[in-house]
Amino acid sequence: MVRKFLYLSVLLSVFWIGFSNVAVASGDEDDKTGFIMHHVKDSHEWHFATFGHTHVTLPLPVIIYSSDRGLEIYKSSQFQNPETHLFGEDYAHNGYFIDEHDHLQSVDGRSFVDLSITKNVAMLFIVLAVVLWIILSAASHYKKSPGTAPKGAASFIEPIVVFVRDEIALPNIGHHKYKNFTPYLLTIFFFIWFGNLLGLFPGAANLTGNIAVTAVLAIFTLFVTNLNGNKDYWKHIFATPGVPKALLPILVPVEILGAFITKPAALMIRLFVAITAGHIVILSFIGLIFVFESYAVGLASTIMVVFINVIELLVATIQAYVFTLFSAMYIGQAVAEHEHH
Amino acid sequence: MDLIIPGSGLIVWQIIGFSILLFILAKFAWKPILSALDEREKSIEDALKSAEIARNEMANLKAENEKIIHEAKLERDEMLLKATETAKQIVENAREAAQVEGAKMIEAAKKAIDTEKQAAMEEVKVQVAALSLSIAEKVLRKNLADDTKQKALVEELIKDLKLN
Repeated sequence: MVRKFLYLSVLLSVFWIGFSNVAVASGDEDDKTGFIMHHVKDSHEWHFATFGHTHVTLPLPVIIYSSDRGLEIYKSSQFQNPETHLFGEDYAHNGYFIDEHDHLQSVDGRSFVDLSITKNVAMLFIVLAVVLWIILSAASHYKKSPGTAPKGAASFIEPIVVFVRDEIALPNIGHHKYKNFTPYLLTIFFFIWFGNLLGLFPGAANLTGNIAVTAVLAIFTLFVTNLNGNKDYWKHIFATPGVPKALLPILVPVEILGAFITKPAALMIRLFVAITAGHIVILSFIGLIFVFESYAVGLASTIMVVFINVIELLVATIQAYVFTLFSAMYIGQAVAEHEHH
Repeated sequence: MDLIIPGSGLIVWQIIGFSILLFILAKFAWKPILSALDEREKSIEDALKSAEIARNEMANLKAENEKIIHEAKLERDEMLLKATETAKQIVENAREAAQVEGAKMIEAAKKAIDTEKQAAMEEVKVQVAALSLSIAEKVLRKNLADDTKQKALVEELIKDLKLN
């Protein structure tokens, strides 16, 4: 099962190997590695490259909701220096400014909700579009010509669908209920997988390595798990059977922590760390070139970048698998039919 | 924006985006895909099952055929055995009959030969007598052609008579 998965990853690696992650360092002489954290974090503008003093960027919409002023929409370029593309309080516009940490602030300290289409939100839309396009075009095959061998996108996703259903959902949830949860597991698998893979494109955003994204995915699994928890599941949390009554005051908080904090936190942090670390490693090797300014280091770094990229393709698939697998395990624990001891 | 502090906007967009994705895919993709897969797996399973049944039937038929062939072989062997025995019997009978007949024929032939021999002997006797007579006649005629010889003979005969 795992071997099948590795083969799949290797196949995909060969496919993606052409796209080594060539990020272009910022022209700032004093900050040769600042682009690393800049890439890894979210931003209000999508920065692609800098040639001399020309910044190639995509300004993104800044959407603000506040109770007194309602919905306001700006362009991120309205908050920055048109030459240097720097944000700051000096470039405040209509009572708002973006600080040096790329946070939207109000000049007078009013409270508001920042609903901007940031780089990661734009990336989210791209990932959603790609996932929808591929999966729906595969689904159309099954609607148009049912009962025939898969073709095109269907032949690409079918083995993965079967894998998620038979190797993740079925063994962890059990054959009574796995069919109810397979669509959810398939959706998180494909979302995370495509998010990871598209994030490896040069200039792409670090969507699945963003803690907000992984937190939301973990919370979805938390809700799916606990909304479907059966009597046994809750009994195991609040009155663990087979445990002396005196121990319950210790065990019950532990169980509650485990169910509501530890499990989603583990899911959230694992994906966030794995993807972000991969991006940082790749960009660090690229950063070495700018630090040493040597052809030899450039060559070695490029080889390492390609190598790490191939590993990242593996990690992209493994992390999607692991997130889906753990979600399935948590759901399986919540819906398991225990024999009563 | 900070690395480990989730951005509020991204959380909102992620919740909305992922919910939409989950809804659309569950309704328009996973449902038809999973049911199509189930259906196909079921039809494959059915096909395999019916193939298994057909194979079993074939095996049964084959076994039955073999049984029939085996029985036929046994029957044939038995028939052959019987036929051989019958043939032997017939040959034996024929031989015996032939022997009896042959013996009879030989007997008859012997008798016929005897009779023929007897007849021939008789004839030979007659012939010999006739021949002897004719020879004697010829001899006599020659010997008694002149008178001296006749006289000699008579004298001889008379001589004999005297002795008697």
